[in-house]
Amino acid sequence: MFMPFCRGALAQDSGRLLATSGVSEIDGAAGGGLAPWAVITGYGTRDQIGGNIHGTFADTSDFLLGSAGASLGLYDRLELSYAHDWFDTGAAGARLGLGRGYQFHLDVAGAKLRLLGDVVYDQDSWLPEISVGTQFKAADKHAVLNAIGARSPDGVDFYLAATKLFLSESLLLDATIRATKANQFGLLGFGGDRNRGYSAEFEGSAALLLSRKLAVGVEIRTKPDNLGFASEQPAYDVFAAYFLNKHLSAALAFLSLGTIARQGEQNGIYLSLQTGF
Amino acid sequence: MSKFVLIICFLATALSVPARAAETLYQQLGAKPGITRIVDNALTLYFTDPRLHDDFDNINRDWLAPRFVAFICHVTDGPCIYKGRPMAAAHKGLHINQARFNAVVEDLQIAMNQAGIPFRMQNRLLARLAPMERDIVTR
Repeated sequence: MFMPFCRGALAQDSGRLLATSGVSEIDGAAGGGLAPWAVITGYGTRDQIGGNIHGTFADTSDFLLGSAGASLGLYDRLELSYAHDWFDTGAAGARLGLGRGYQFHLDVAGAKLRLLGDVVYDQDSWLPEISVGTQFKAADKHAVLNAIGARSPDGVDFYLAATKLFLSESLLLDATIRATKANQFGLLGFGGDRNRGYSAEFEGSAALLLSRKLAVGVEIRTKPDNLGFASEQPAYDVFAAYFLNKHLSAALAFLSLGTIARQGEQNGIYLSLQTGF
Repeated sequence: MSKFVLIICFLATALSVPARAAETLYQQLGAKPGITRIVDNALTLYFTDPRLHDDFDNINRDWLAPRFVAFICHVTDGPCIYKGRPMAAAHKGLHINQARFNAVVEDLQIAMNQAGIPFRMQNRLLARLAPMERDIVTR
């Protein structure tokens, strides 16, 4: 009597459709590379659990950025995530008086709750899938962050994400509003001499689905400009995401992070690999 | 920055290519022969997919096939009247969950690939079927 149930349960892992997990955002949430989306990580349906592990590398004009993390999706409702980001200053570290190859690190613990809507099924209405999320971020190198004017090494972000798939147009759009104090995603601390409080920032993605496995698109993420020491500009990327199957995907992007720490425009290549279920 | 603007413009242009306006989706899918081929491919997959074993085990393929064709024809604005039961009534008590619903979608995508239907046209059909999840998935 229990056999069909067990067989069914085993056969029905990863029940959501390919690519609906998105990829891993730099802070560890499911989304695009820069913006968290409303979708819950992994491929679990409302009856299942999903998860994902990511490794991301970005090589810009002067810096190396990395992110590694894991996320868990519970019943297509709640997402829990953790990411560790690092920022290698390379030769610029020496120019900044920190020492060649000086690194900043950031830990991000995130939670996201899907409130309403379904990105795939709601094709007969304009209602997007809508989620709220929060990210607890803690940076290291407190003395340096203090010296450049950051108010705190820790910060909490809050965001609201709306993701809409226009399936008949093979087009996905996301708009995310984030309340944050983070300087350069939090790697350079939170708040600053120019602005110590929260800013409302916009993050958006547009993706065109070219096949079940391949999507291309563009993203923007605006950032606060809290530090008098070095101004910050929005980040942009142009990406291609390839989903080999529900267990393996990759995203390749051309990334522009704006100027960082007075070292000029940081443009480069972004590569992210993900494995999950 | 200008590179990004260029690429956005490229994407916008790619998106704005108009569909053949006068044709119904039914005609674009190849009318009756095209839809019959898709349904035939899909049923072959449904009846052999271990994920769907419990759902299709007791169904007569010869009974289902013409109803499935008529349903797709109707949904795509073709010259058919679907006389079967509405989706909610047809799937009542079958305890279909989202994973099985999506397995049917995945097999239908493969069936359309086999029939040579371009991906974007496939999505126009899937967009019309997707909201039926609310009637079909009851678990």
